[in-house]
Amino acid sequence: MRPAAMAGEAWRAMGMNRMRTGLTMLGMVIGVAAVVLMLAIGQGAQATVTQSIASMGSNLFIVLSGATTSGGVRFGAGSTPTLTVADAQALATLPSVKAVAPIYSANAQLAWGSNNWSTLVNGTTASYMEVRSWTLASGRGLDDGDVRSASRVVVLGQTVAKNLFSDEDPVGKTMRVKGSPFLVVGLLEIKGQSLDGRDQDDTVLVPISTAQTKLFGNPFPGTVRFMMAQARSPELMDEAESDMKQLLRQRHRIGEGAEDDFSVRNLAAMAQTAAIAARALSIMLGAIASISLLVGGIGIMNIMLVSVTERTREIGIRMAIGARHRDILLQFLLEALMICILGGLAGVLLGVGGAWLVARFADMAVVVTMGSIGVSFLFSAAIGVFFGFYPARKAAHLKPVEALRYE
Amino acid sequence: MPLIEVTHLHKQYEKPAAAPVPVLHDVNVRVEKGEFVAIMGPSGSGKSTFLNILGCLDTPSSGTCLLDGRDAGALASDELADLRNRLIGFVFQGFNLLGRVNAMDNVALPLLYAGTGKAERRRRALELLDQTGLADKGESLPSQLSGGQQQRVAIARALANNPPLVLADEPTGNLDTQTGREIMEIFARLNQEQGMTIILVTHELDIARYARRLIRFVDGRVVHDGEVAP
Repeated sequence: MRPAAMAGEAWRAMGMNRMRTGLTMLGMVIGVAAVVLMLAIGQGAQATVTQSIASMGSNLFIVLSGATTSGGVRFGAGSTPTLTVADAQALATLPSVKAVAPIYSANAQLAWGSNNWSTLVNGTTASYMEVRSWTLASGRGLDDGDVRSASRVVVLGQTVAKNLFSDEDPVGKTMRVKGSPFLVVGLLEIKGQSLDGRDQDDTVLVPISTAQTKLFGNPFPGTVRFMMAQARSPELMDEAESDMKQLLRQRHRIGEGAEDDFSVRNLAAMAQTAAIAARALSIMLGAIASISLLVGGIGIMNIMLVSVTERTREIGIRMAIGARHRDILLQFLLEALMICILGGLAGVLLGVGGAWLVARFADMAVVVTMGSIGVSFLFSAAIGVFFGFYPARKAAHLKPVEALRYE
Repeated sequence: MPLIEVTHLHKQYEKPAAAPVPVLHDVNVRVEKGEFVAIMGPSGSGKSTFLNILGCLDTPSSGTCLLDGRDAGALASDELADLRNRLIGFVFQGFNLLGRVNAMDNVALPLLYAGTGKAERRRRALELLDQTGLADKGESLPSQLSGGQQQRVAIARALANNPPLVLADEPTGNLDTQTGREIMEIFARLNQEQGMTIILVTHELDIARYARRLIRFVDGRVVHDGEVAP
């Protein structure tokens, strides 16, 4: 029997009992829609997390000063400034390290015209932008000259710019930081929330030298509480960590067996944990949705079994006029497959529509990929074959004479 | 070579947890091409089972059944399906049309399994309906047709692949006398004009008289094979 004719027969059989076909298909539609929607939500969550991680900067370490012991009393990390700007320069020369930015920060009042705003002022170097993956919306970033000459220049984050300058372009304007005039040389690109929910755009950057000598002063000149370092690649994270520790111990003349007076924290590990959690969520949602797809498949098997019993006589007639086992098998298999494919198509549409509604009204990130559509669609086709096979085989193996005698 | 050669045919139905039920016992029958044979016998005499075995719907328990030189008992199921499709046209007492399919598609069904193209299927179906006097009923569903008309559709279907052998199991059993006669005229014409071999099972001697040879079954044995009694 020709494939086209066979598909026609299956199509006609589906049309014979529209209500039943429709209800069976509904199981498939809901299953596929659930898979598409859940995958979209899961992948949306994953994308959000990935984006937050990327916005933090990649392959990051935070090097904190401190953890010193004084007369048996141990101080926490960052409590004593043991790291210096010179340490940062030395770390940056390590082959496994790409860039290091020392940071000296404090809160300060900013003002422009009649507007004022308080935020964290970060004194740092030109490397900071690279380490934290900041890009500029306009103007320029800090450069080595600014740091060398401790110039009064400032680069603004978007939140600060919005609060002080509203819609005006701040670049080239002179504003006040802690009362003294600073020239705005650049505006950072918008970055959004960090993983812990802080507004990363509520920040300003000034040269570290300016921060230490002209803005906040420093009881231990040349020292910083922490610095951020970036490894050259994800594979070099471990190597960079041990290189940095070794170099700092050497520079700080820490003897064998003595405790570090600094600590190195790997931020990639944190990011990885978040990514794993997001992926686990995604997989779990997918698994739950798959169960509904499975239930839909069992519904199809049920209907096909009923259909085989109900149409035993028809099968007998078909066999009596020359249908082979294969023809009967394929007819029922095709019928199940068509129900699944049509249900799958409708389910994809419903799922994509649902994802759009979720994005629109629940304000959640959703990501519908061709991959997730393809997977759920193929899955529904596979279910059609799998659950259609048993009833189809049952039909094909009926004896003609017995099938014909069936009332 | 005879079209049908049945030798030492036995058939018994296996019953779980009971002795097998014998239905046919040492049946030997030869049918040449172009014959018109009627099979008679009381209910349970095994005549329908015999016809089913000839039609490859059932298999013999022992003995051989040669159809056109091929041993039906030794063929694989696909080969049997092929015989049913091309060699044999089957007509049933209860018509056995597909209820939700119109007359034309019912007639075209054997062509579908023979792998005939769509246009040819349609052409042949129309031709056959015309032959059986139903040219204007192609679009009708079986439920919209009278019993006689349904049986004509079933005959047209049996003829679809132009088989040399037509088997009919009480084809007039569900019809009134007049309609039954009309159906028998069709069989007689097919036999005389196209030389088609026809074997039919019937209860009625009037129907059997259309045939030129009578085989009578009693308790699974052939008790008479020859002239139709006057």
